[in-house]
Amino acid sequence: MKKVIMGNHALSYGAMLGRTQVIAAYPITPQTQVVELLSEMCADKTLDAKFIKVESEHSAMAACLGASLAGARTFTATSSQGLALMHELLHWASGGRMPVVMGNINRAMAPGWNIWADQNDSLSQRDTGWMQFYCSNNQEVLDTVIQAFKISEKLLIPSMVILDAFSLSHTYEIVDIPEQEKVDEYLPPFNPQLKITPDEPHAFGGLTGPEHYFELRYKLQKEMEKAPALIEETGKEYEKMFGRYLGLVDEYRCDDADIILITSGTVGSTARVAVEELRQEGIRVGNLRIKVFRPFPFEIVRNIVKGAEKIAVVDRNISYGHHGIFYEEVKSALYGHNNSVPIFGFIAGLGGRDITPSTFKEITNLALKKKRPEEEIIWIGVKR
Amino acid sequence: MKKEKKMAFSLPEEELMNSGHLACQGCGAALAMRYVLKALGQKVVLCIPACCWSIIDGQFPYSSLDVPIFHCAFETAAVSASGVKAGLEMVGDTETTVVAWAGDGGTFDIGLQALSAVAERNDNILYVCYDNEAYMNTGIQRSSATPYGAWTTTTPVKHFKERPKKDIDAIMAAHRIPYIATASIGYPEDLFRKAKKAKEIEGTRFLHIYAPCPTGWKSRPEDTIKLARMVVQNATFPIYEIEWGEKYTLNIKLKEKKSISDYLKIQGRFRHLTKKEIASMQEEVDRKWERLLSLVNSSREKDQIPS
Amino acid sequence: MRKKKRAQKIVFKSEKDVPLMAMSTGTMLHNKTGAWRNIKPVIDLDNCIQCGICWKFCPDVCIFVEDELPVIDYDYCKGCGICAEECPTKCIAMVEEEK
Ligand SMILES: Cc1ncc(C[n+]2csc(CCOP(=O)(O)OP(=O)(O)O)c2C)c(N)n1
Ligand code: SF4
Ligand code: SF4
Ligand code: SF4
Ligand SMILES: [Mg+2]
Repeated sequence: MKKVIMGNHALSYGAMLGRTQVIAAYPITPQTQVVELLSEMCADKTLDAKFIKVESEHSAMAACLGASLAGARTFTATSSQGLALMHELLHWASGGRMPVVMGNINRAMAPGWNIWADQNDSLSQRDTGWMQFYCSNNQEVLDTVIQAFKISEKLLIPSMVILDAFSLSHTYEIVDIPEQEKVDEYLPPFNPQLKITPDEPHAFGGLTGPEHYFELRYKLQKEMEKAPALIEETGKEYEKMFGRYLGLVDEYRCDDADIILITSGTVGSTARVAVEELRQEGIRVGNLRIKVFRPFPFEIVRNIVKGAEKIAVVDRNISYGHHGIFYEEVKSALYGHNNSVPIFGFIAGLGGRDITPSTFKEITNLALKKKRPEEEIIWIGVKR
Repeated sequence: MKKEKKMAFSLPEEELMNSGHLACQGCGAALAMRYVLKALGQKVVLCIPACCWSIIDGQFPYSSLDVPIFHCAFETAAVSASGVKAGLEMVGDTETTVVAWAGDGGTFDIGLQALSAVAERNDNILYVCYDNEAYMNTGIQRSSATPYGAWTTTTPVKHFKERPKKDIDAIMAAHRIPYIATASIGYPEDLFRKAKKAKEIEGTRFLHIYAPCPTGWKSRPEDTIKLARMVVQNATFPIYEIEWGEKYTLNIKLKEKKSISDYLKIQGRFRHLTKKEIASMQEEVDRKWERLLSLVNSSREKDQIPS
Repeated sequence: MRKKKRAQKIVFKSEKDVPLMAMSTGTMLHNKTGAWRNIKPVIDLDNCIQCGICWKFCPDVCIFVEDELPVIDYDYCKGCGICAEECPTKCIAMVEEEK
């Protein structure tokens, strides 16, 4: 069934089709419609789930963890300040191997209060052991939620499905809503390997000394390393059933590109408009959208940029005192594999400042002009 | 040497807590767990946040309890229990009693927000606070359950705690939950009865257990039970129940209300107090006791309370 | 009669043996807390009235009942002295541990 829905509702539909059993969430702009629709779905029984109306995001995640450990499929959604408030429990989720799936709407961190797109909220959670999927359209949001349950439950690692504030969360697009039976076929019920029950009493997450902690974390990383292949495999399976492939990255005209613009999130589509226009001017440019940020898809990124003469990474985020975060990551992926290609790091669009096709043209031209980057960070659009 | 007589047991013999746990000698918190588990039986899940009990239970891959435990974040005991309860119900287990088991710090302070929300929703969990009147896990710092006058490492003798203990039971009563009870490990049969009663009630139940801590109170380990009785007999920690936030029932009536001085004397944490300070503490205890008695006397009958 | 559970050490030879999460699979009984003790309780059974009070108040669950009489499990008794303090006939004495 095709429906015109907003990005936030794509998250809700994903959670519904995934037959989420326990939801705990707290409202924050621009996420509110996610939980509003889910509340309705629970109320009218389109979704047979318990919705715990908690008093904070911290409690939202805590409730999800408890429910997940009890063996239920759990979902929550948040944004920005809410995600930051959850931080402690994000570690708990991965360390406890609780496969919660969460939608996060990328919104800037205060102060000043800013509800617009910016990736610093989710990227600040980089090292919490969650998988992170940055989506670029509403269809992808819905599909990825369903896929995320499958991957998370297989690896026992939680997933964050991420979309930009407003340009996705509140933008209406035509979305194909798959049939429940087909989704059920793709995504079997959660069959937990770890489960809290009086029938088999174990203590979970107690005191753990240096003699064991290390191995537990080693095992988490080893499972995380299996994710790229699993994402591709489940993505192909999804394609077979629903006609849409869900991969690690999404490339556009990179094959013969001299310069590749690397982006994430919705700005990918903006970049592609620029790619078309620049190509008409005879500039061979392509766009690589990195969808999966954790685990970082090293292999595929290396392969795609192999032939490029230059790379420009565009970040709507910053690690203060360092670089744009995708820029750091791309450089670290290429180090020792492709040391000669110049990589330019651009920061644009913080706090929802517009990123337009001409932004990408400016970026491309700047990168073409210079042999190598002369600055650690090239700021785009700062009034100075 | 076999005797004719049978050993007298005032509590069931079955133990769900094993020896070998890591509590200090004479730990009241350990006894609280032992008694509550005797009452609840095996069909429980415990959610234990950071507190002494997260250590007492033992080190991975071991546990000293024969019931499952979710060791959860410090401020999340109540809502973790709500989550577990919801999860269990969705996977078809509606029987298990889900218990949040937290210290006073995890209850009165950092966990109060989540607890209040759980109580306001009347989530179907049993919340147990074992109260040792300070943060013991981290080395005896004051909490809002620390009584007036007490020494802790953050309320040194020269600057002892000058504010009274927070009245958590009144706060919980204001949420109008079905059941609140105070108990002391000095009266195990009363505690046992309350835990059993709480188990059968639906909604948020709150059990507040006084649990002396010889390490943190600088008392002798062998005085643990004595202290847990004295505190009741001198009305510092009265034993009562509150139903639906309105019906107060006093469970241990005092024939003769003792003075607090003997109780204070055997705890190093109060040693520095002057006569004047003790007198003002006594006044406060008396005032609170009178207030409780009037609540008990003016309580509405249970069937008059709209639930 | 108390059923005696087994005290068992769990050894992980490699990370493969370690569960996915810090999940307990055994009791703390391997931890013989009797070693913490400085003074030990000794019961004079002749004066014991079988009231069960010592059993009831032991925080370490190490007084059990055999043939209707209390027996202390010295493997675990931490020597807190509660049993001696609470015994109504004062038939439990705390004596120096021979080291
Ligand atoms: C978020 C957070 N802050 C601080 C701590 C450190 N911490 C662990 S237990 C504890 C005190 C616990 O006190 P209480 O709840 O009274 O339990 P007790 O240790 O006295 O049994 C503190 C401060 C923590 N684990 N998590
Ligand atoms: S510090 Fe106090 S509460 Fe904690 S284990 Fe020791 S005696 Fe028990
Ligand atoms: S001394 Fe303490 S630990 Fe030992 S048996 Fe008596 S009560 Fe139990
Ligand atoms: S408390 Fe004393 S009298 Fe009672 S059973 Fe124990 S040893 Fe015997
Ligand atoms: Mg405490």
